Amino acid sequence: MYVAVKGGEKAIRNAHTLLARDRRGDTSLPALTLAQMTQQLYLSISRVMAEGSLYDADLAALAIKQARGDLIEAIFLLRAYRTTLPRFGYSQPIDTATMLIRRRISATYKDLPGGQLLGPTFDYTQRLLDFTLAANGEEAPATPQTQAFEAQERVPRVTELLDDEGLMEPDAELPEDHEVGDLTREPLEFPAGRDLRLQNLARGDEGFLLALGYSTQRGYGRTHPFAGEIRLGEVEVSLFVEELGFDVPLGEMTVTECQMINQFAGSAKAPPQFTRGYGLVPGQGERKVMAMSLVDRSLRWQELGEEATSPAQDEEFVMSHSDNVQGTGFVEHLKLPHYVDFQAELDLIRRLRAEWFEKNQKTTGETADLEAAQ
Amino acid sequence: MSTPATSFTDHYNFAYLDEQTKRMIRRAILKGIAIPGYQVPFAAREMPMPYGWGTGGVQVTAAVIGHSDTLKMIDQGSDDTTNAVALRNFFVQTTGVNTTTHTKGASLIQTRHRIPEEPLSEDQVLVYQVPIPEPLRFLEPRETETRKMHALEEYGLMHVKLYEDIARFGHIATTYAYPVLVNERYVMDPSPIPKFDNPKMHRMEALQLFGAGREKRIYAIPPHTDVVSLDFEDHPFTPQEFDQPCAICGAEHVYLDEVILDDQGSRMFVCSDSDYCEERRTEGHTGHLGTNPLDAPSNGTAKDNASSKEACK
Repeated sequence: MYVAVKGGEKAIRNAHTLLARDRRGDTSLPALTLAQMTQQLYLSISRVMAEGSLYDADLAALAIKQARGDLIEAIFLLRAYRTTLPRFGYSQPIDTATMLIRRRISATYKDLPGGQLLGPTFDYTQRLLDFTLAANGEEAPATPQTQAFEAQERVPRVTELLDDEGLMEPDAELPEDHEVGDLTREPLEFPAGRDLRLQNLARGDEGFLLALGYSTQRGYGRTHPFAGEIRLGEVEVSLFVEELGFDVPLGEMTVTECQMINQFAGSAKAPPQFTRGYGLVPGQGERKVMAMSLVDRSLRWQELGEEATSPAQDEEFVMSHSDNVQGTGFVEHLKLPHYVDFQAELDLIRRLRAEWFEKNQKTTGETADLEAAQ
Repeated sequence: MSTPATSFTDHYNFAYLDEQTKRMIRRAILKGIAIPGYQVPFAAREMPMPYGWGTGGVQVTAAVIGHSDTLKMIDQGSDDTTNAVALRNFFVQTTGVNTTTHTKGASLIQTRHRIPEEPLSEDQVLVYQVPIPEPLRFLEPRETETRKMHALEEYGLMHVKLYEDIARFGHIATTYAYPVLVNERYVMDPSPIPKFDNPKMHRMEALQLFGAGREKRIYAIPPHTDVVSLDFEDHPFTPQEFDQPCAICGAEHVYLDEVILDDQGSRMFVCSDSDYCEERRTEGHTGHLGTNPLDAPSNGTAKDNASSKEACK
């Protein structure tokens, strides 16, 4: 205490000055602008908006810049800001069938109403470093060829297509009086409903969900998934205004949605049918929605009468550890001083060691005596 | 996007949290006081400091602090540890209240890992930062199970754990976060204070509040409540004892920190409660080292200090 922390205040101030300097880097280079980031690092922005639970690309860019590109730190910054914002109300559920689609693929149908639209994707690119990007003065990318695309009022979700046959589990229904939970306003209690699970997963760490989703594919709670549909695009968000008596559009937002279709052989509780896992995040986050829908499906074991055998099916385990702001805080709190507890442990270990050596001395003494007697 | 904040008060509410959130937290606190030792779930908010760094304590403090309060912020018993400094600054920025390092002069004390040596009075509130509020967590990781165990007062598992310690080591091998029974009903985690501090909780005059932000729990011990460290008749609870007084103020029966003075194994033991130590020295008490060897201005290595070697025998 007397050594390290007298003058802690000054040390903290200096450390922050150092951080600010390192964050800026070489001042002979121009500083990053937020617009550059929202334009050119959109996938980082997307992740920070999704896990930071705040749909604002400019603030996300600011957070990433301030965090020196550390996305978890940026997510944390955004969350801490979000928590101070007043809550005016909850929007109406968005309807992804009316999405202005930029990408839509299905791995289960070769063609389907609304069509397949590859859109902006890394898929099928060769992962070769493109050194022309490293050279300054990169050329404006070519304009992609577009076929006259018939904009449709409504592109049905793939799950609605199978539904007519009864092969597909229908959209989950909530009781009339069910109020959708909000784990940022109410403490989480277990067992949690699917609404809270999905909220938790949507805010959850992409890496954590990816690993869990992956584990289900490798046999830890197998769910036989097919990517029924992934879509990306813009949807309208509206708010029901009590005084007016109708929905008022607030604007549009980009979302990525995944419907995972899972083969299911039936159980005592449910007939054989295709079951579903669901993923949705704001912005563009395909890996995240796919992993999310795998985990969502795994967590539904109870409702479908399956057996729970693996981590991805364990609601408490998944939901308690998915949040990277919580995780990073608690892991990194080990940096804080623990002198007092360590002192208590020092004392204990000294005592245990003294007792151990005393006992061992005695027993070695006894064996020596025995050997001598023999 | 708003312009950069020049001062907190322009952009944030008093004590950072909005009034509705504070009211929600106060309700949880009141419930906690009504059921001593019971962990009340509350909707902890994201705070501008990381989880695990005192967000629970900060939210509790933010919910109860008023303009007339004098705040003392300690970590490891000291006002000067880096995180205590950071959290104190947070409240200075967001509330503008007076702060103090004097235990007696504070109306509100937020602490991590220690209870001040100076007995607290009934007009004081002690707020603890709690990492894992559930005393049964390391015996049973599931919240659904542990809540049931508390409801049924089913604490056998804890007693078995303590018994196994005795069977294996001859004594209970828990040195901090030593479980207590509150008001003869709930087994409670006292937060990771050393078990040395446990007896101070018993019938304390001050109100004790516990906040766990990441785990979203608040609990409380009202003044004058029985807080008993778990033990067995034939293995009674024994707080840690130090066999020497503080090296610089000579205090006995206080919790001491071991400070390594050089790479030759020299060390001294000094008060962990830095305010208590300072007060005693102002009163004229000195320990066997006289002055703090580390205070010397030319303090390159403490090895040169002839007396420091003796300090640690």
